[in-house]
Amino acid sequence: MDDLYRDQIIDRYKNPQYRGHLDPHDIHFEDDNPLCGDHIEVTLRVDGEGKVVGAAFDGRGCAISQASADLLMETVMGKSLDEVKALNKQDVLDLLGIELGPVRLKCALLPLKVLKAGVYGLGEASDDLVE
Amino acid sequence: MTIDPVRIRKDFPILEREVRPGVPLVYLDSTATTQKPVAVLNAMEDFYRRNNANIHRGVHTLAEESTALYEQAREKVSKFINSPSSRQVIFTRNATESINLVAYTWGRANLKAGDLLILTEMEHHSNLVPWHMLTAERGVELEFIPVTEAGLLDLDVYRQLLERKPKLVAFTHMSNVLGTISPAQEIIQHAHAAGAVTLVDGAQSVPHLPVDVQALDADFLVFSAHKMLGPTGIGVLYGKAELLESMPPFLGGGDMIKTVKLRSFIPNSLPHKFEAGTPAIAEAVGFGAAMDYLEELGMQAVAAHEHVLIEYALDRLAEIPGVKVFGPSAKYKGGVASFTLEGIHPHDVAQIVDMDGVAVRAGHHCAQPLHEKFGIPATTRASFYIYSTLDDVDRLVDGIYKVKKIFG
Repeated sequence: MDDLYRDQIIDRYKNPQYRGHLDPHDIHFEDDNPLCGDHIEVTLRVDGEGKVVGAAFDGRGCAISQASADLLMETVMGKSLDEVKALNKQDVLDLLGIELGPVRLKCALLPLKVLKAGVYGLGEASDDLVE
Repeated sequence: MTIDPVRIRKDFPILEREVRPGVPLVYLDSTATTQKPVAVLNAMEDFYRRNNANIHRGVHTLAEESTALYEQAREKVSKFINSPSSRQVIFTRNATESINLVAYTWGRANLKAGDLLILTEMEHHSNLVPWHMLTAERGVELEFIPVTEAGLLDLDVYRQLLERKPKLVAFTHMSNVLGTISPAQEIIQHAHAAGAVTLVDGAQSVPHLPVDVQALDADFLVFSAHKMLGPTGIGVLYGKAELLESMPPFLGGGDMIKTVKLRSFIPNSLPHKFEAGTPAIAEAVGFGAAMDYLEELGMQAVAAHEHVLIEYALDRLAEIPGVKVFGPSAKYKGGVASFTLEGIHPHDVAQIVDMDGVAVRAGHHCAQPLHEKFGIPATTRASFYIYSTLDDVDRLVDGIYKVKKIFG
């Protein structure tokens, strides 16, 4: 069995812990991976000290993108926005615990791109955000 | 003559490779690009080892040889599609560039605000975006021949659209997603009766079916070499002579001119008028070898072989619970099967079957509007060519069962 579909990824895909849409929320962003039509929406709640106290994602896509989103939401809980801004590609790969080729890397990184574009309050989720 | 893929496979070194140790390659992505036979690889290498020189201007022996080889490739294309003359065969980079060439030159010279262009809902992005760019610039209008639930073009709507006297009807001869083969002759006849010019996107048809531009009466036909055993980087624009003559040049530079003054130029005659700069010479030579290979097999035999494969593939895919194949029955399509597997994203399907060496494509295959029409973000696509076997189909089906097992 290939590492790519380790139990953790299949499990997170089928039974996500952070799927949903927070309403009200303080931060919201959504974007697509034009390559495959994956779609990710992220909503966050932030307390007065700038700590993430609520995180949810919604969307559709492959097991890698959805599992990545779920693990990422778990990670940002309790973090400050500055800590969220500092998350990078390697953090996502560490969360997933797998190695990915260039095509599937885009799937894995879409949630982080969307998350960071939201936190920075940018109009678009650029690739620069996850380098 | 029927095709024996087992014999043919010996001509394709890449098909002998293992994707990883002990896992042989099952290549089911020929709609994206085909593999190349030794004859094509050798022709290109021989060219670089023996003949390589720039063409059309030199008088030395190598330049003469290279020019002759390049122009022979053009002759081969001309015969392959039954063009009245090789003057009407323009080499471009690929089918996409050919469509852009028509949009930029014929389009800009002939279209004004309010003019109507008819496309279809199953176009590849290459036959959508060049026209989108023209609508933005010129204010031309677009209408689309709908695709029915069964994956066929709705010709009743087409006939109604023709009453609005379109200037152009541009359509794919074979959908790269559904495999649907368009009734090209009928579409063109009706278009001409309404006074429209026609452009046939032959990127998927010319490699897989006999295509005769005179029988079709097509005004423009475009296709790419790399989808028919040839190299990347070279494609074709065929056009009717009077249209090509009347069009302004596309890119400016060397070879496309007759005379250049400091402040002006006179364009060259056909086909050179549309070929600015040093073209893909070695690629043309390789493309020539690819067409020789296909002619040897016969395009009727190529189509018949793929028909057997798609019939078998549709039957086997229908056995698998949760699989939904898009497009018409085998009778109306070429060797392309795009499908979804319930509850599992196409990327995951493609990735898991790749573990067993099966190369299929996942995504919207550069036909996003078509996927939106069917309400799905993406499909997994298996596609066939002359070297594909029934065993390849079985390997795919085994892979899909494995995907289902992993996702439980």
